[in-house]
Amino acid sequence: MAENANSLNVAPPPRELQREPLVANNRSIGWISDAVAGVIEGKTPKWWWWAFVPSVLLMSLLGWMILYLMVTGVGVWGLGHPVMWGWAIINFVWWIGIGHAGTLISAILFLLRQKWRTSINRAAEAMTIFAVMCAGIFPLIHIGRIWLGWWLFPIPNANGIWPQFRSPLMWDVFAVSTYFTVSLLFWYMGLIPDLAVMRDRSKTKPRKFLYGLFSLGWTGSNRHWSNYEKAYLLLAGLSTPLVLSVHSIVSLDFAVSQLPGWHTTIFPPYFVAGAIFSGFGMVMTLLVPLRTMLKLQDIITVRHIELMCKVTLATGSIVGYAYGMELFIAWYSGSPYERFAFLNRVEGPYAWGYWLMIFCNVVVPQAFWWKRIRTNMLIVFILSIFVNIGMWFERFVIVVISLHRDFLPSNWGYYAPTPIDIMTYLGTFGLFFTLFLLFLRFVPLIAIAEVKGVTPQADPHHPAGGAKGGHH
Amino acid sequence: MAHTPTPYGMLAEFETAADVLHAAEKVRDKGYTRWDVFTPFPIHGMDQAMGLKNSKVGYFSFIGGVTGYTTGMLMIWWMNAYDYPIIIGGKPMFSPFGAFPPSYELTILLGAFGALFGMLFLNRLPRLHHPLLKNARFKLATHDRYFIAIETSDPKYSETEIRKLLESAGSKHIELVEE
Repeated sequence: MAENANSLNVAPPPRELQREPLVANNRSIGWISDAVAGVIEGKTPKWWWWAFVPSVLLMSLLGWMILYLMVTGVGVWGLGHPVMWGWAIINFVWWIGIGHAGTLISAILFLLRQKWRTSINRAAEAMTIFAVMCAGIFPLIHIGRIWLGWWLFPIPNANGIWPQFRSPLMWDVFAVSTYFTVSLLFWYMGLIPDLAVMRDRSKTKPRKFLYGLFSLGWTGSNRHWSNYEKAYLLLAGLSTPLVLSVHSIVSLDFAVSQLPGWHTTIFPPYFVAGAIFSGFGMVMTLLVPLRTMLKLQDIITVRHIELMCKVTLATGSIVGYAYGMELFIAWYSGSPYERFAFLNRVEGPYAWGYWLMIFCNVVVPQAFWWKRIRTNMLIVFILSIFVNIGMWFERFVIVVISLHRDFLPSNWGYYAPTPIDIMTYLGTFGLFFTLFLLFLRFVPLIAIAEVKGVTPQADPHHPAGGAKGGHH
Repeated sequence: MAHTPTPYGMLAEFETAADVLHAAEKVRDKGYTRWDVFTPFPIHGMDQAMGLKNSKVGYFSFIGGVTGYTTGMLMIWWMNAYDYPIIIGGKPMFSPFGAFPPSYELTILLGAFGALFGMLFLNRLPRLHHPLLKNARFKLATHDRYFIAIETSDPKYSETEIRKLLESAGSKHIELVEE
């Protein structure tokens, strides 16, 4: 056992080369369970109710708006010739983009062996699922005759006609529904060991029963872990091309059409980068206050927030490059329609939307170059909201500005939303926050088993993990 | 049903990841087959320490993926080019390019089903009951303790020998668990 006894006597690397630990203050493995489960087991905090009640009210507003839309028709929205795609599609793309950060954190960062993901992946994946639910509502209700929504499924309609797979809209149906299903599976699989943690800690009968049921009889057996880790790797490997394809396919809804402003090949990568950018914005909007409110600063450390700021900076810069490239190609293409479409963005009647987008998405994230800003939680929180706003305006610019000036000036118009549009959008926030707040109260918001696994105590070759001088 | 408690096996508790890893190596070297290690998180190197082979989940996922892709392509060809062809914008009735995005998504969907359900199948989950889950100390297996259980159904099972082996491996708490 002791043949390599000196292997641990190597001097540690100098301070400036050492990485900050992923769990601060050298917390024990048991402490991680206690801290995360404590969020669920403790008394419901007051702020939770102050957030939950308005969220439920907003969610019911969404229900009323959808009902009103169904019984009246899509005329209740501000849609009209030539702008036939308005807030519904903007909101759809915005929400689904937000979801992408969750999958990036859970899948791509897993494949890249970024261990810091473990502290934030659970909450980010929950955010993904709820955001995709909010997104899914819009295409469904914007079709006008909602009761014919089943035409999107591969089922023949009353005349025996099948859906038409040469349309990108059908691709979108498959992309979004697969995205939702796989995200849910991935999230649930990650939850199984943590639900077992909750089961083993429960004191009351209903908790024991429900956590027991959903943890599927998990024991922590290594024979199970072996299959589990392989399945997790496979799901990460499958989710990576999935998340890249989903927003690419969403972008094809636009790019496959022949409208100047939409018909560009840069759309798929540009949409994916924008989606990740907006998603990280939302993850920070949610987690920066939560880590303080739930006293989880040792698990979601300042380093985690800093790293997220860096991802936001990188993706924000990619988005900025894409904006510049769009303008360049519009000029370089030599097509007068293309040139007009982009000049119209910059100096047309909606120029305020374009410049708001540029400010929020390109200028604001550049602040993350400074460590002082990345480590100031209040500023990070405020800047993350700018990112959310900016990305909403990006979709507004793409959808509305491209549509409102048709090829012939007789087909020009100016689009404005109605209060129904606005209240429907606000209603989806109600749905999102209702689900997210329920998630916080009933499901471990941090992947307990995964965070334990990245501590030094979990490493059998580390002194903290019980290694006694030698290698086995 | 007569209630005569039959032992499930011996359960030994360990306090560190290194202890349980080395104990697992000893149990493996003694040639036990019906045994397992229980940990709050997967321990790196434990599969080798237990002598486990590579997991077979990949096969399930692969079959799922192939099924998904074939289903997508065949479905779209059959619906749009065979059962009810309609001319749209002069495009071909079936083109692998147009059919690719939905087929790609179905590949991922069924591949993911294969991974999750394959994992559950190989682990024989879900199960509503397990003898160890009744044990009070075993609750720590999801908290911060590590356990090794050797079942009575193991052909080499012998209470005294197992106790000696696990004690020498550093376990301070060994008990007999009932079925």
